[in-house]
Amino acid sequence: MTRSTTRARVGPLAAGTSRAPALAVDALLDDPATGIIVCCGSGGVGKTTTAAALGLRAAERGRHVVVLTIDPARRLAQSMGIAQLDNTPRPVSGVEGDGSLDAMMLDMKRTFDEVVESQATPEKAAQILSNPFYIALSSSFAGTQEYMAMEKLGQLHADAQRDGGYDLIVVDTPPSRSALDFLDAPERLSSFLDGRFIRLLLAPAKGPAKLMTAGVGLVTGAMTKVIGAQVLRDMQTFVAAFDTLFGGFRQRAQKTFELLQADKTAFLVVAAPEPDALREAAYFVERLSEDRMPLAGMIVNRASPAPWGTLSADEAMAASARLAAERPESVAAGLLRLHADRARLVERETALRERFAAAHPSVPTAVVPALAGDVHDLGGLRQVGTLLADG
Amino acid sequence: MATLSAMPVPDFPRAKLHVVTGKGGTGKTTVAASLALALASRGQDVLLCEVEGRQGIARLFDVEPLPYEERRIAVGLEAGDRHPGTVYGLHIDPESALLEYLAMYYKLGRAGRALDRFGVIEFATTLAPGVRDVLLTGKVFEAAKEGRRGRGSRQYDAVVLDAPPTGRIARFLGVNSELAGLARMGPIKSQADAVMRLFRSPRTAIHLVTVLEEMPVQETIDGIAELREAGLPVGGVVVNLTRPRDLADADLAAALDGTIDQAAVAADLKAAGLRVGRSLVSGLLTEAHDHAVRRALEDSQRALVSGLDVPTYELPRLAGGADLGGLYEFAALLRVQGLA
Repeated sequence: MTRSTTRARVGPLAAGTSRAPALAVDALLDDPATGIIVCCGSGGVGKTTTAAALGLRAAERGRHVVVLTIDPARRLAQSMGIAQLDNTPRPVSGVEGDGSLDAMMLDMKRTFDEVVESQATPEKAAQILSNPFYIALSSSFAGTQEYMAMEKLGQLHADAQRDGGYDLIVVDTPPSRSALDFLDAPERLSSFLDGRFIRLLLAPAKGPAKLMTAGVGLVTGAMTKVIGAQVLRDMQTFVAAFDTLFGGFRQRAQKTFELLQADKTAFLVVAAPEPDALREAAYFVERLSEDRMPLAGMIVNRASPAPWGTLSADEAMAASARLAAERPESVAAGLLRLHADRARLVERETALRERFAAAHPSVPTAVVPALAGDVHDLGGLRQVGTLLADG
Repeated sequence: MATLSAMPVPDFPRAKLHVVTGKGGTGKTTVAASLALALASRGQDVLLCEVEGRQGIARLFDVEPLPYEERRIAVGLEAGDRHPGTVYGLHIDPESALLEYLAMYYKLGRAGRALDRFGVIEFATTLAPGVRDVLLTGKVFEAAKEGRRGRGSRQYDAVVLDAPPTGRIARFLGVNSELAGLARMGPIKSQADAVMRLFRSPRTAIHLVTVLEEMPVQETIDGIAELREAGLPVGGVVVNLTRPRDLADADLAAALDGTIDQAAVAADLKAAGLRVGRSLVSGLLTEAHDHAVRRALEDSQRALVSGLDVPTYELPRLAGGADLGGLYEFAALLRVQGLA
């Protein structure tokens, strides 16, 4: 909820609300047991800015932080010095205090290539990297970003464990079609690997005719008819070449999944006071608890600023109508309409948040008022950090 | 509201397929639905498709969740002697699209069921990256093409697609050109080529929805460049959720400078029957200042949008949110401005 020290909450906003407990952002950031913070939520709610602001605030409170962003706005990326894609964390300059902040932007193709190169012999790696299916898979297809974000998180964490460089990793999640793609990535990878279909594709490459049952013959026949023998062969070559890598992928995906479930991880669901964003947030909250992932709370960004005083929207509109009739040139009529508009917006947003809180009463929540402009420097991130902590 | 006879000639008369994209949170589903209603108000029968599994159309029109089946969801505005067209809704999911595609183009019979049993359908639609987009765009193509075949197929005057967000749109619509590259021959290749021909022709118009804030506007600029580079036809930019314009320009400037006459405002408020304390006047003026700051930021972004060399359209933010009545209001606004 938006708190204010100068004026009291008034009118319908104060009456019988089901308020969510406040999210103690600083306590979360300061707790040395918090090792990973994952910001998730639907697109357009300010996930990236929130992740960057949390990272900066934690660093300035003494933590050694790395922020993994997926797709930051260009000017924000530039101001953090991560606009160039070299897929490794770079120190952010201008951070105050004893802590440190590194940041990086995920390059999914490069992450994928690096995994292949580190896991396969040079000849095999070259064979995979040039396969048309691999190129399409690693560079342009939806879903890969989620796999690679998980992969990179696992890498960063393993590095941090080894050299003790970072004590907090803040992760932004990809703007997926469904926010849940991120959580599902490891599971999907495993079921991909265990799937009958993969074994079927591998069957001819592995030779033994015992797998070639009538069913398999039917399926390969149907697939040849639909996608053509050449495509099927390309796919088989790709899967066969990739076969040896699969074990490693699965193992690491499983490890990352366990990492996300661990107590040191904190999920923050980011939302905006809009029906769609809150519905997605509710879905996310439920999914996290189903998967026993540690949910720390929800952040509602872009809240409209509360109106002044006790004048209700209806009173303001009525007065405005009277004025417009009697004194058509009066600026006061316009002022009253603006006030009514603002009061109605806030009423609506508050009602939406209360409905969410009624259904999910135990989710601690911070509300961050909408800023007038965009954030594209450390000063702006610092301001968002303060608002988060006050929220 | 303008009358029918006063409606301008639409800006995209040749477009059969209207693709509506936009950054998350800009209201692209609302705009897609309003555009469909606007086209129906011109007497066209319209199919409104969604592909992201969110059931946003059903929620907006307040109907049951849509199945994989073209359902009548609304009629256009009755206007003059013209009979309004009908808006149908379709929720495209990749599994149904794949099964339908296989049934339509291949006589697989028992082999088709074997595909399902062996997890091929599941693999193709959930695990194999990219295939989803191929299936989704394939179905949109099928609905929009001339001379549809199949049982009870309806021929539409226009198809409106509530598409994936701006960041993914060029890749989404271009997925078939990649596919055509992977499959070097055969039915997949020719289907993929046909889809790309429609998407790249003037029969398609890709509209981008934005709000007047930096990041969405930048994404719109980038999206237009990306679409053009991919040879995909950019339609218009719909600026959504604009702030109310309750203050005249001079008053807005005064609000920004803090030079509005407080005594006059206090007197007017009193005349309107309000109990006027000092905090009411200063509160209203603070709100007005805040509003003026944001309006100025909007104007700077509006200037960027109008420099884009594409037609632009504006829809206001409704304080209560966009409900069904709001959609009709928006539809009328889009018609007056010439998008439909």
